Amino acid sequence: MKVLKTTFAALAGLAALTAAHAQSGGTIKLANVAELSGPGATVGTNWKNGIDLAVAEINEKGGILGRKLEVTHADSQSNPGIARAQVQKALDGEPYVLLGPGYSGSVKVTASLAQQAEVPQIMGGEAAELTKAGHTHLFRTSFGQQSSMPKVAAYLADDLKAKSVAVVWVNNDFGKGGRDVITAELQKRNVKVAADISTEAGQADFAADVAKVKASGADAAFIYLNEEESARILKEIKRQNLTLPLIGETTLVGQKVIDLAGEAANGARGHVGLTTDAPVPAIQQFREKFQKRYNYVPDHNGLKGYLAVYVVKAVTEKMGKVDRKAFADTLHGLTISAAQEPGILMDVTYDKNGDIDRQGFLVEVENGRQVVKKVLPKLGN
Amino acid sequence: MSNFLNLLIAGLATGAIYAVVAIGFTLLWQTSQTINFAQGEFVMLPAFFMLAAMNLGLPFMLAVLVGIGLSLLVLGLLFKRVLVDPMLRHGVLPLAIATMALSIALKESVKELYSAEAHPFPSVVPAGNVDVLGVPVSMQSLGVLVIAVLAVVALNLLLTRTSVGHQMQATAQNPTVARIVGIPVERMILYTFLINAGLVALGSLLVTPIYLAKFSTGEILGQAAFIAAIVGGFNQVRGAVAGGLLLGVVDNLAAAYVSAQYRAAVPLFLLIVIILFRPQGLLGRVEERTV
Repeated sequence: MKVLKTTFAALAGLAALTAAHAQSGGTIKLANVAELSGPGATVGTNWKNGIDLAVAEINEKGGILGRKLEVTHADSQSNPGIARAQVQKALDGEPYVLLGPGYSGSVKVTASLAQQAEVPQIMGGEAAELTKAGHTHLFRTSFGQQSSMPKVAAYLADDLKAKSVAVVWVNNDFGKGGRDVITAELQKRNVKVAADISTEAGQADFAADVAKVKASGADAAFIYLNEEESARILKEIKRQNLTLPLIGETTLVGQKVIDLAGEAANGARGHVGLTTDAPVPAIQQFREKFQKRYNYVPDHNGLKGYLAVYVVKAVTEKMGKVDRKAFADTLHGLTISAAQEPGILMDVTYDKNGDIDRQGFLVEVENGRQVVKKVLPKLGN
Repeated sequence: MSNFLNLLIAGLATGAIYAVVAIGFTLLWQTSQTINFAQGEFVMLPAFFMLAAMNLGLPFMLAVLVGIGLSLLVLGLLFKRVLVDPMLRHGVLPLAIATMALSIALKESVKELYSAEAHPFPSVVPAGNVDVLGVPVSMQSLGVLVIAVLAVVALNLLLTRTSVGHQMQATAQNPTVARIVGIPVERMILYTFLINAGLVALGSLLVTPIYLAKFSTGEILGQAAFIAAIVGGFNQVRGAVAGGLLLGVVDNLAAAYVSAQYRAAVPLFLLIVIILFRPQGLLGRVEERTV
């Protein structure tokens, strides 16, 4: 009987210790769901590597509030249906924060799951509609289309003096969102859409699309595709000797696109919210660390993944506790300065919808590198 | 006119690549009644052989030779000996399913062992334009078209003008009789597999600079070539050529002049029309079998 009592007491003590450890100590769990294969593999791999780099750095310095970070990675295969299943599985593990996905379509179908579970979701999607659906736990890592497209339209109308523009877009949530916003912004500025060309995700042959741009007689082309398709269309444009200005967003002038398209990428211009070629010392240091660790130059998705983890750090340290439920309230309206948290690289402000305000850049690809032509300050400045 | 000519040549160039891949379907069907559902992945793989060789420090042309050599070995000899021969004893259906499994295995292996991301691939044809009837036409499109056509002509000469070619045709038409008259049927079948491996390596070399090297490239190509083979005639090499060229041109012209949004439906529509009105394909011959 005495032995039994002692055993129960020991078990009770062990249970109490485990519970206490789970509440106050142990690791902080982050769950990443990203496009690690399929058409979005470039996006997801960069995003994942950025996350891993940030996690390693933070853990090396002792973690957040003395607790180490632990991150799990799941592959959405660039498929919204699989992304939803993977997010559900990740949420079952009760992570502190959900990271990803990167594709807007996948974010769209997973945001409600994170919302129901009251788990903050820091993602890479850029479609304008994502932060308009009332999800209080959803946060961006880059500009939404509603922030970036007006700048692109202004550049086309005011700097290039284009009277007509051919719009080439990828027929998914990301592309359709961008096409709708840029079309409206161009119309506001009396710029005609000379051709409205829809393409498919994963499309390999762009001969017909480029021929249509050529036939439209447009003064410039706005190209809004995913990275690999951007590289393919740039090569086709070079093959067909099309010489009009090519304007896009990050997905046209990103490092991966430059690597894939080679010389064909030269001359492409675009607005980028994040670029590893930005004249910002902290970003240059990030680029060097990333390149040293992974042996390639990251694109903006690497930066996004890195920043997502540092947002978690900044918010948690601001709260002084690991509190999933208070996380979203704290981040809404928060400005994180690079002076306070160097890992955030550039000052950033989150609004009540989870959208961000940060400085941006206008870049042109020259000799296989992004060259920043203009720094666009934070809107709030 | 300039646009139309460019589209036509680009379509013919794409179609020629489809044709090269589609020929593989017809060759294997004729000699061993095999439908290789991994044919698209067979086109994807040689590019990675070549990339891996380049990563080891070999110059491009040498890497191409290594890629072709490995393709002959893996996609020709090993494919026949390790998969086709043992599975064919159990019938065509188990073999077809086995090639589907092989398709998945190849894709996943490249994804795991190399990368899930796309990679740039050098072109054997230089960039730039040449004048055709006063219209600037992409040299790469023309180059791809010329190389593919030369390959098809060479294959045709081999099949029609050489003793080995005649033996291969005899094997395709009636292996039992071919064996009786002393033709080494097994060796002829092996040659067919090796020719297919050579063709997919050539297709890979031509298409990868445009499509980029990626584990999933074969999905699009395999489907297009399969449709091309059916449209042209699954049991005729010339049918595969006609089907490939037709598909490439129709796809490009439809995307440019009809609808880019519905371009993916055009080959399938063509396939349905052919199956309904000419099931043997445009240039195929009617086959009858006892059951």
